[in-house]
Amino acid sequence: MLDTIAGVVNADANLVRRGRFVDTTFLIAIDEAHTLIRIQEGRVTEVTPGPFITPNYSFALRAPRAVWEKFWQPLPPLGFTDIFALVKLKLMQVEGDLHPFMSNLLYFKDVIAAPRRGVAR
Amino acid sequence: MSPRFEPSFEPISGRYLHLELLGKPHRLYVEEAGHGIPLLCLHTAGSDARQYRGLMNDERITKNFRVIAFDMPWHGKSSPPAGWQDAEYQLTSRDYVRMIVEVADALALDRPVAMGCSIGGRIVLHLAHEVPERFRALIGLESAAFTAPYYDLSWLNRPDVHGGMVCAGVVSGLVAPTAPAEGRWETLWHYMQSGPGVFKGDLYFYMIDGDIRGKLGEIDIARCPMFFLTGEYDYSCTAEGTLAVADRLGAEAVIMKDLGHFPMSENPEKFNGYLLPVLEKIRAL
Repeated sequence: MLDTIAGVVNADANLVRRGRFVDTTFLIAIDEAHTLIRIQEGRVTEVTPGPFITPNYSFALRAPRAVWEKFWQPLPPLGFTDIFALVKLKLMQVEGDLHPFMSNLLYFKDVIAAPRRGVAR
Repeated sequence: MSPRFEPSFEPISGRYLHLELLGKPHRLYVEEAGHGIPLLCLHTAGSDARQYRGLMNDERITKNFRVIAFDMPWHGKSSPPAGWQDAEYQLTSRDYVRMIVEVADALALDRPVAMGCSIGGRIVLHLAHEVPERFRALIGLESAAFTAPYYDLSWLNRPDVHGGMVCAGVVSGLVAPTAPAEGRWETLWHYMQSGPGVFKGDLYFYMIDGDIRGKLGEIDIARCPMFFLTGEYDYSCTAEGTLAVADRLGAEAVIMKDLGHFPMSENPEKFNGYLLPVLEKIRAL
């Protein structure tokens, strides 16, 4: 589900501009399948599927596969449209050093929702 | 060549009102448009009265209602009171009720309709409980009796995070995904312009002090009719939360399709379609 994220983000010059000060690696957990996503100057520069022994990341978003599948629909069902909606419903956990995430929240919301936007690679 | 865009003024007028509020001199920015029954509009936490421009520019509303909206102290173009720098801003239920009554008095409004969204949708429940005789009717937008914190509120006001951007980021998901981009981003712009700690201070009322679950049984809508409208995409004040309040009070509630937590600013045209029938009922009271 994450194979399109780099293409979609990097093709969106405005999104890259909005994230131009972001330099971090974060983790997305789909059930027990972990992926590390490296961001440099707003671009997705590495997408590394696990498993990992000692993953190094700033923050992680963890949710069951069924939740991510709904979240990444082009028009998600009610309650699945936003990360904070999922957190409120305890369907997603956001953990770790949240400073990069919260200080670039609009950017990361769009990056993490990028798989909604289709098949760009 | 694109067609010439003719300059025009909106029918909204704005003025600065000096009054004593909560025992202190205040300078508040007040906007209004229209004639008839006063409709006092209360903005959401961390935003301002610009949210209601879609109502003030709709002749179907302003031909029968005098639509008034003020920026709460600290918000929009209203100033914080002198000495604000010496304390942390924190909105309480008691102050919020008093503020609305004192503004209505200062404007000499005769039993206005009060309509509030989010924190405003909560405070109309407090108004119904504390001072129902002062209002002709109350309209709650995105009303729920209580919303518990679902993230760490300290992120909203700290020097190493841009306050405007994080506040807009937090609320962005509350706008319906089907909202027009212009309405979505104007709604978020208001949040981006909020002063430091203002949204957080309002949320003290919304998520802590303003819990009214224990008093719903003491509200009598025979003393002041109440109407509720909530956007289906609102996960903060949920449809279920609104319907539970309305059921308990015996009031009417409508869940609005394709709208979120900021119906009047994210998609004014669609929202007004839901509001007009409520205003007609109020006219017939």
